[in-house]
Amino acid sequence: MRNPLTWLRRNVVVIAGLGTLAYMILPNVVVTVFSFNNPTGRFNYAWQEFSLDAWKDPCGVADMCGSLSLSLQIALWSTLVATALGTAIAFALVRYRFRARGAVNSLIFLPMAMPEIVMAASLLALFLNMGIQLGFWTILIAHIMFCLSFVVAAVKARVLSMDPRLEEAARDLYAGPVQTFVRVTLPIAAPGIAAGALLSFALSFDDFIITNFNSGNTVTFPMFVWGSAQRGTPVQINVIGTAMFVIAVLVVLAGQMVGNRRKKAQPK
Amino acid sequence: MTTTAAPPEAPASTEPPVHRASLRKRLIPYWLLLPGILWLLVFFVLPMVYQASTSVQTGSLEEGFKVTWHFGTYWDAFTEYYPQFLRSLLYAGTATALCLLLGYPLAYLIAFKAGRWRNLLLVLVIAPFFTSFLIRTLAWKTILADGGPVVAVLNNIGFLDVTSWLGMTEGDRVLATPLAVVCGLTYNFLPFMILPLYSSLERIDTRLHEAAGDLYARPATVFRKVTFPLSMPGVVSGTLLTFIPASGDYVNAELLGSTDTRMIGNVIQSQYLRILDYPTAAALSFILMAIVLIMVTIYIRRAGTEDLV
Amino acid sequence: MTDKTAGGDVRLSGISKHYGTFTAVHPLDLTIPQGSFFALLGASGCGKTTTLRMIAGLEEPSTGTVHLGDREVTDLQPYKRPVNTVFQSYALFPHLSIFENVAFGLRRRGIKSVKKQVDDMLELVQLGQFAQRKPHQLSGGQQQRVAVARALINHPQVLLLDEPLGALDLKLRRQMQLELKRIQTEVGITFVHVTHDQEEAMTMADTVAVMNGGRVEQLGAPAELYENPGTTFVANFLGTSNLIEATVETAGTGAAAGSGSEIVVSASGAVLRLPASRCATTPRTGGKLLVGVRPEKISLVHADEEDTIATGRNKITGRIADSSFIGVSTQYVIDSQVCPELEVYAQNIERDSRLVPGAEVILHWNPEHTFGLDAAQSMLAGTMGDAGIETVEESA
Repeated sequence: MRNPLTWLRRNVVVIAGLGTLAYMILPNVVVTVFSFNNPTGRFNYAWQEFSLDAWKDPCGVADMCGSLSLSLQIALWSTLVATALGTAIAFALVRYRFRARGAVNSLIFLPMAMPEIVMAASLLALFLNMGIQLGFWTILIAHIMFCLSFVVAAVKARVLSMDPRLEEAARDLYAGPVQTFVRVTLPIAAPGIAAGALLSFALSFDDFIITNFNSGNTVTFPMFVWGSAQRGTPVQINVIGTAMFVIAVLVVLAGQMVGNRRKKAQPK
Repeated sequence: MTTTAAPPEAPASTEPPVHRASLRKRLIPYWLLLPGILWLLVFFVLPMVYQASTSVQTGSLEEGFKVTWHFGTYWDAFTEYYPQFLRSLLYAGTATALCLLLGYPLAYLIAFKAGRWRNLLLVLVIAPFFTSFLIRTLAWKTILADGGPVVAVLNNIGFLDVTSWLGMTEGDRVLATPLAVVCGLTYNFLPFMILPLYSSLERIDTRLHEAAGDLYARPATVFRKVTFPLSMPGVVSGTLLTFIPASGDYVNAELLGSTDTRMIGNVIQSQYLRILDYPTAAALSFILMAIVLIMVTIYIRRAGTEDLV
Repeated sequence: MTDKTAGGDVRLSGISKHYGTFTAVHPLDLTIPQGSFFALLGASGCGKTTTLRMIAGLEEPSTGTVHLGDREVTDLQPYKRPVNTVFQSYALFPHLSIFENVAFGLRRRGIKSVKKQVDDMLELVQLGQFAQRKPHQLSGGQQQRVAVARALINHPQVLLLDEPLGALDLKLRRQMQLELKRIQTEVGITFVHVTHDQEEAMTMADTVAVMNGGRVEQLGAPAELYENPGTTFVANFLGTSNLIEATVETAGTGAAAGSGSEIVVSASGAVLRLPASRCATTPRTGGKLLVGVRPEKISLVHADEEDTIATGRNKITGRIADSSFIGVSTQYVIDSQVCPELEVYAQNIERDSRLVPGAEVILHWNPEHTFGLDAAQSMLAGTMGDAGIETVEESA
């Protein structure tokens, strides 16, 4: 064990894995550090001096917070609709035998197996041909479309692993169709539905390529960042990026702590 | 015995009533499918049809476009932009290989070696997702800035000499080179590789490792003969989830590359949104779709796994 | 049948189930008397579970009706039937505690104060201290008892049990068999039990219906089925039978005659007799008949001791091909001209050291213990791993 070479050989996976993790985290560290920068020019790419200005005035850049709130709205609505539609499809696929199952499965799979730009371009072709005004609604339509498949995949996985006898047991124990769904099906499928919803929210909020094609003059937060990469990057972008990262990590950690406590409380 | 099979009085009576699954019940799955499938038909399939028709139109923005079944657009588009097609496949392929190479150890570490740190590591893998990927990609501009510490180190250890010999960098610059674009693509799609890898590794029964060890397999052999084959579903879906979006990406090439690193995504984007040559743009995206679908189909066939979703 | 006994009987009339062109259960008439412990026995895919599910309302019959007492419930949804089920692998709700699992049915019927009833029920199945646990924290046997409690607390008219002991190991299964029998006697509810384990069915049930290929082959008390199988399937599926193909010499006067009349058959020179009342078919002189006898009814003596055998017994000569000692008895396989591989179980009272493989022996038994079956059926029906068991697709 004294031999450093032996130690290295034993831990090569750990070292390589942590190296990858560092590679993945590094940009977030840079984003955070540069949120305290006070750049001289229009671009926030080189370190000048420490400053809290951007943190004191996060909405100090024209249109940025507006685009952020627009992105949140779109993400919320597309999550709601995609989760509802996707959950229904997942249940139909797992729980019922019907014709055209194969076709439905392929239709769900295709959007995930296609470069985003192809869907983006073809949607634009549709909207242009139909003469539909690009904006909030076209973005929302597009986001619901590509989130749908991911929700179906997440919910399907969960419902597939669920014993259909549980629902039969509920019906056998005097629960009608609605009661069965509310008391048994939904609670058991909930983790899958939640995973699908979270995924859609993240995908929609962060989507750029499809939005870029179908937004017209409407500016979502990613669109704002894209534009600023050309015109000049305000420090406030880093503030938002950092805040979102910290909030997300805190929420996940809090969720885990609640989960752990519940687990410990169970066996009395 | 009060129990009797076929009581004698029963058969003489009328035909037994026939029950059929009610129509309402048989329609339930269709009602569940209807809204979502309709959505996909109208906003996924129909656009493809429109795009197909656009690709065989001719005309100009001023006079309007008409369907003339001009398939020549495909040939023209392909011959004019095949370097960008090749470059896209090359960059996306390299990034996918790098993702697998970098992602596997981390997924393995989380699945088998992390112990109580497992959840924290998983959170760290997912967390960057919550910062807009554009912001994070812009951060690479800072990291790879000319004359910055990262580039200096890469230069001093001779890394840049190697990449320059491979044609991926020029001189002592990283930004605006193919290396920067590949590095950005790799970074952006790493989580899509790690998560499927992790979920298939996590399912492996560790007793299989012990059994293999018990049967005289050395650690490297255990990995080659047991762990890696069992993680194949994760490898397949991870590589697909990385390669497919990377092949159509234009963000990394735009933000980290130069005009010499333009990928097919950049061409489609500018044809559609700047030059407004819709037929060429539509033809290009169909060619890209065809290439990707063909490659994916062959890959899935050869990898022999179909449980991707 | 008087009105009083019909009050809680389960009556299936002409009930059948098709899946597309496939018939899982052929039209079936069955009456299960109130308060009985009734077993549906058969190999997997014989339609027994489908029949059970039609009683529960989980499967809609293609034809026929289901009555509970005087009430027709054929079109009634499962949650409106006074019937509860103990599911295969239990189907306990994983997200609810044991208490809430047991209380589920009461709460759905709008009963507010459930505490006392649930506690009493958990006591009955000896799980009082586990009320707040989640199902995955219990062992298989405990989960099984929760499943029983969850169904019984609703005081159903009929309790349906779908292979309730299939997931338990042998020892626990024995224990639970007795436990279930005890509970049934205590609560007096009709139990309909589906199983593929013939020993389980015979130990627990008052009445057993043996199913094969979507039909009830035979129905009766366990001892009656065992002693008087009506088909080769039942003869082989319930325990083991030696079946000998024979030619009828004297047809007797048929089943209609008194118990005194006898049928005489011959097989490769051996002359065997059986009571006409134990013949499941009407024999014709000169026709074929399958003659059966259970291995434990046969006595085995060395060929040198032929003179010790009392007259009037059925006799066959043969040679011991194999013997295996299994403690309480020794099982012999005998090759004979009459029939290859006859099985004989001999109690280990006094062991004759000459009875070793290769020894010439004589098998003899009381003709009363012989039964006759229709020779038109496969002799192998119902034996282990044979195509004679007609399987139909079980619905998931």
